[in-house]
Amino acid sequence: MALEIIESCVNCWACEPLCPNQAIHAATPHFLIDADKCSECVGDFAEAQCASICPIEGAIIDELGEALNPPGSLTGIPPERWAAAQAEIAAR
Amino acid sequence: MDLPVIESSPPVAAGCSAGSCGSTASQMDGLSDDIRARVQDHPCYSEEAHHYFARMHVAVAPACNIQCHYCNRKYDCANESRPGVVSELLMPDQAVRKTLAVAATIPQMSVLGIAGPGDPLANPQRTFETFRQLALQAPDIKLCVSTNGLVLPEYVEELARYDIDHVTITINCVDPEVGARIYPWIFWKNRRVFGREAAAILIKQQQQGLEMLTARGILAKVNSVLIPGVNDHHLPEVSKIVKAKGAFLHNVMPLIAEAEHGTFYGVMGQRSPKPAELKALQDACEGDMNMMRHCRQCRADAVGLLGEDRGAEFTLDKIEAMDIDYEAAMVVRAELRAQIAADLAEKRAQAHAPAAPQVTPQVIHFQPHAAKPAPAAGRPVLMAVAAKNGLVAVHFGHAKEFLVYEASASGARLVGHRKAESYCAGDENCGDADLVLARTIQALEDCEVVLCSRIGYEPWGELEAAGIQPNGEHAMQPIEEAVIAVWHEMLVAGRLTAGSTAAKRA
Repeated sequence: MALEIIESCVNCWACEPLCPNQAIHAATPHFLIDADKCSECVGDFAEAQCASICPIEGAIIDELGEALNPPGSLTGIPPERWAAAQAEIAAR
Repeated sequence: MDLPVIESSPPVAAGCSAGSCGSTASQMDGLSDDIRARVQDHPCYSEEAHHYFARMHVAVAPACNIQCHYCNRKYDCANESRPGVVSELLMPDQAVRKTLAVAATIPQMSVLGIAGPGDPLANPQRTFETFRQLALQAPDIKLCVSTNGLVLPEYVEELARYDIDHVTITINCVDPEVGARIYPWIFWKNRRVFGREAAAILIKQQQQGLEMLTARGILAKVNSVLIPGVNDHHLPEVSKIVKAKGAFLHNVMPLIAEAEHGTFYGVMGQRSPKPAELKALQDACEGDMNMMRHCRQCRADAVGLLGEDRGAEFTLDKIEAMDIDYEAAMVVRAELRAQIAADLAEKRAQAHAPAAPQVTPQVIHFQPHAAKPAPAAGRPVLMAVAAKNGLVAVHFGHAKEFLVYEASASGARLVGHRKAESYCAGDENCGDADLVLARTIQALEDCEVVLCSRIGYEPWGELEAAGIQPNGEHAMQPIEEAVIAVWHEMLVAGRLTAGSTAAKRA
């Protein structure tokens, strides 16, 4: 049982000091979670700490590959609105 | 009937209604002597200082504990200049080296701030380690910090310990209903809190932090982002409340929102305020509060005078190659500061002096209100100035920004600034000159005069056609003197009667 940080991470350091198991470390091109140390905060906190402060939707996933913060959950931007804006910018 | 009087300079230039008493006094008059002395060399707190002193931000604070709808943490662009954007994240040791290198190269540098790109107090070890080292190695540099305020109450004592004399808190609202439309979430007590509940906690912490700074004698400035339709009607109340709690300066900034920035407001089509809306709101707050008008909304790694960014000269690899004598640099800074202080003191003394008798009569002016210098009938006029170091010193085509002054019978007052692209780079970049000129003219649409050191033939004509009078006759004069002189020329020419405003719009 462990969480994973994936490539959309922006290396903002917010999660690193919060981990109760010191499982998170800075790396290139993005931060990583040591799967052997990660407990998903069970027993320490009600919610996984890294996923509770991470500002990037989709950057932290569980063992099933599910995003703990799915698209739209943090910014409030509906995913279809985001897609429309990106398409409009690309067409300029 | 008006009598001709002999003057060597425009009539009001010799009295307290003009000169440096104008805009500077309008911002500074409400301050105690103590506060004035503490901000006199801080470009972000004193309008006068921003003409002479430089600042820098070191980007040591990447983490944030809240989300604002005008911010996107993915953003990092060398060509963008706005809060939250940086090119190179620094560790404290690197930040200290960079600060010392900049202070040795730019002796006007008086202030080191930590402003992000996240929240400095959400990165307490890095922020305070940077302050600790700098307090030892460059004791003449003022240290300041800008925060969202969420965890400010728990760090006020530590700020005081490092002699942090200036703190800026961004306070966009005092009502959680308004806050819920600005802040989608905060990280609080080990969980993410959303919506109204999040806004209520943030507001409570900000207000408590402000009160604690005041009690501790630390100067607090409040920044607010003006978001049309969200907090525009609410900000005058914010201004009153933060003043009552001890903030000495309020800086209302326009929202920056573009879809390509990837922010909530940008993507959702929230508009930014027009310059006239920003000015109207600042004017509405001004009766109760000292308002900051010279903010340039700089990057979290900005370097130099406000309005310029020399960050590219001080990347880590360039700093490594520099050979710096730190002790000598500190001496140079001290000498420069003494010189600037002496110059400003002299300028103030001149402005407060009675009409000077030693002046040699040279020019005959008609002075309609000479007998009684009562508030003249002339209406206020907005003038854009291509300025550097407090002087009308920049070629129109080279100006990257214009300061906007409101001239009236009571003096000249800085009311804002407008960004521009310098279109005349003297090389192949001139290709888009027409487009850039059109944008500049649009940015200055509410101004009637533009003062600059020089201006080309073509932009002169375009500006005139747009109802903006170019003026290159006051090159290298102090801004306020020049603005007041032009206003009086307009007054004498009969262009400032009540009905003449409409003429410009036609």
